[in-house]
Amino acid sequence: MPQHVVIIGNGITGITAARFVRKLSAARITVISDETDHFYARTALMYIYMGHMRYKDVKPYEDSFWEKNGIDLVRGYATCVDTEKKRVLLGGRRAIGYDALLLATGSRPNMFGWPGQDLDGVQGLYGIPDLVTMERWTRDIGSAVVVGGGLIGVEMAEMLYVRHILVTFLVREKSYMDYLLPPEESTMISQEILRHGIDLRLGAELESVLPDEAGRCRAVTTTAGDEIPCQFAGLTVGVHPNIGLAKASGIATSRGIVVNEYFETSAPDVYAAGDCAEFDREGVGSRRIEQLWYTGRSHGRTVARSICGLRTAYDRGVFYNSAKFFTIEYQTYGDIQARQPEDVRTICWQDPVARKLLRIDFDADSRVVRGFNALGTRLRHDVCEHWLLRHATVDTVVKDLRRAHFDGEFDRRHFRSFARMYQQSAVTCA
Amino acid sequence: MRSTPSLQLTTPGGAYSARERTGLALIGAGLVGLLCVMFGAGEAARGVSLWFTMGCITAGSGVLFSGYLKRPAGVDNNHVWFSPATARGMAGWLLGIVFTGFYVILYWAPHSLEYLVRMTDSLSYLLRGEAADRWFLYGFFYTVAVVIMGARMIIKYRNNRYQIVRTISVMFFQLGFAFLIPGFLKMLNQPEYYFSYFWPLKYDYIWPNSIAHFTNASSLGVFMVFWGIAGTAVATPVLTYFFGKRWYCSWVCGCGGLAETAGDPFRHLSDKSSSAWKVERWMVHSVLVFVVVTTGLLWVNSATGQGILGGVSGQFSRWYGFFIGLVFAGVVGVGFYPIMGSRVWCRFGCPMAAVLGLLQKYFSRFRITTNGGQCISCGNCSTYCEMGIDVRWYAQRGQNIIRASCVGCGMCAAVCPRGVLRLENSSRQTRYNGPVLIHEDQVSVQLDDAWRASRPLMPPKQEDIPILSDHDAQIMQLSGPRVS
Repeated sequence: MPQHVVIIGNGITGITAARFVRKLSAARITVISDETDHFYARTALMYIYMGHMRYKDVKPYEDSFWEKNGIDLVRGYATCVDTEKKRVLLGGRRAIGYDALLLATGSRPNMFGWPGQDLDGVQGLYGIPDLVTMERWTRDIGSAVVVGGGLIGVEMAEMLYVRHILVTFLVREKSYMDYLLPPEESTMISQEILRHGIDLRLGAELESVLPDEAGRCRAVTTTAGDEIPCQFAGLTVGVHPNIGLAKASGIATSRGIVVNEYFETSAPDVYAAGDCAEFDREGVGSRRIEQLWYTGRSHGRTVARSICGLRTAYDRGVFYNSAKFFTIEYQTYGDIQARQPEDVRTICWQDPVARKLLRIDFDADSRVVRGFNALGTRLRHDVCEHWLLRHATVDTVVKDLRRAHFDGEFDRRHFRSFARMYQQSAVTCA
Repeated sequence: MRSTPSLQLTTPGGAYSARERTGLALIGAGLVGLLCVMFGAGEAARGVSLWFTMGCITAGSGVLFSGYLKRPAGVDNNHVWFSPATARGMAGWLLGIVFTGFYVILYWAPHSLEYLVRMTDSLSYLLRGEAADRWFLYGFFYTVAVVIMGARMIIKYRNNRYQIVRTISVMFFQLGFAFLIPGFLKMLNQPEYYFSYFWPLKYDYIWPNSIAHFTNASSLGVFMVFWGIAGTAVATPVLTYFFGKRWYCSWVCGCGGLAETAGDPFRHLSDKSSSAWKVERWMVHSVLVFVVVTTGLLWVNSATGQGILGGVSGQFSRWYGFFIGLVFAGVVGVGFYPIMGSRVWCRFGCPMAAVLGLLQKYFSRFRITTNGGQCISCGNCSTYCEMGIDVRWYAQRGQNIIRASCVGCGMCAAVCPRGVLRLENSSRQTRYNGPVLIHEDQVSVQLDDAWRASRPLMPPKQEDIPILSDHDAQIMQLSGPRVS
């Protein structure tokens, strides 16, 4: 059991780990962050920009929480880890010793070396500093371009929309997020984006960002040769693990900091978890690098056990995720592929006017349900997980679908129309 | 520690749209008209001043609120923290002063409102068959506010059926039960009675002299006494058992009705801190004790035939009426909307809310269910909770929310971007479902004072962290790339 646990990074992974170490032990805990004094919800950045909340509202714990739970917060910039003498070097040539160290350094926005990517008014969106610059660059501007059809891209488009800025949205794919979403979902969300007056350009890729005389973003050009005037360019083409510290400290890295299923790195008593970690083989997590809020929380919980001597292998459990595309909420449980494999059947009910969709994928032979997708309608997590863990068949699930209903009171319920659709498809299949 | 980077965001957009300007101009015209009337300038046009001012305000509101229809239906809290009116800016303070001032004048300088009262005479004759008084004027303004701002609620939350139904309910109860029916009762020479208020909110409804007053008045008066007692003794526990305190606080009550409609633009201003929660618990339960003691004293006094307690009980009831009934519920409760949020009275002062809260916490099927592990800790639920409940604290642990103060307005579930919250009346067995799916239920290590004392650095200040020797620094490759 370590006497002093040092955690670098105060995001969801680092903070969850700190809280669970505290649940398990009386060790001294120090959390180091260069970004903010306190933990805040990165997922809520957009709401600050849109005026729904202030910075203080997106802090999930009161400031007194840390003192009360004996978690020391240090605002500092870790430049190197001396894995030999077990200490972390901070800027200003100061060092903190550790018995166990967790690297939870998160990600950085991808930049693919586009000409002009470092201009003023060009940026990604990952943390508070990005929000501050975005605030500066977008003040009183008329138009912006967002590049990259992921979750951050659509969030950025919504943020700019709310600020009355015209948005051109460049998405490489033929249909929005078609690498993750089946065609019906992808279409519904594309239409939702268009409905908000966003100039969604599918199959479009960034070529360069052009400067004005002051060195600020003036326009972007696409590989197709279009020039789109704009005063701001949001580059949201994914993130990559932030591994600089590990690299500089001689800890093994690949794309991320290499860890086994216990989140142990190549250095003794040094762990890495969350966005920055990469599993040393397939099959530990849902993928080698997991970069979701939920996986960060899950990593933090598991690594805390290992740090406290209860060495525990990571178990992702039943996959789930969620997002919101403008007004459409999205929830997914289990395994839904963008393109169903041969042996998988799907039932997809949708109400395009109300912008609601419910999909269940199941195994063609065994009829065991593989996953759920819900757009504009809410499903009960524990019920879906229960079905997936118990390998429930699609017949059982459709019959009991009301159990998973999580929409508000008085909301229209969809399980009847879904069941009708299922029966009809069963008839035609037979 | 360095401070967090400044996030002083300026008001985006800046200028108002043509629609907003038109709407505000019309509302402004109506308000200026009211001021003119108040100072006697409307006397020449007494017949039309009511319709003109109310017409302007209604039309202006209609134009203003139609802006919501321009945008796709959804969670529309855009710019709430940028607008001076809703973010405790100059306009917010001004509104607070106007609201508070109105109550002060209404209570303590009613003669200033004489012309306004006369303006509503025509309506009062129509409804009640007699001239208006200041309480009629107050009831009229109150009802207009609930109806107009209720319409705004329905437009703003048109994608959310719970909000629509609930808003129609509070509009109905305010307009019917708290305005029209009391008027008709007056017309029929019956005692004034509000069928939507019960003891202990309407604290004197079961006081001995009120009961005597009602029962002596008419057979309808006897029914009123019966209704009032049934409301307190039967409806309160039974309906709260099945539906939680929301059946009253956010569906029926007039105070709640105003908070849920006129107060909606200010709901995020409630204090979410745990210290505010502590103050709330002490305060609201003290008021409950105060009203129970007062009621008890009055009855003891009445039973002993104005004996030993004569002076004391009268004093108690006068104090209660002044400090709680007038100052707290009126001046602070509504006047401070733009500063402290829309539920100051309901949260800190209302004894009815206290009773319903105790029932809700211990004898109810109501809860807000948290959807497994889907919470992303964003904070929208806590921010838009008008009762100042830190909803996120429960949601991020995967725990159901069972709180005495929750009025079941459903806004946390409405603003949640991940479908995490749902208001439910369901089996009491599953009600306290602890943290599920995210395993927050492990027992925490308790840190005692000895542990705190034994810690070497607490909290570690920059200067407590030792500086490396040059040699060490070299080993640590200080000159390496700046990375984090």
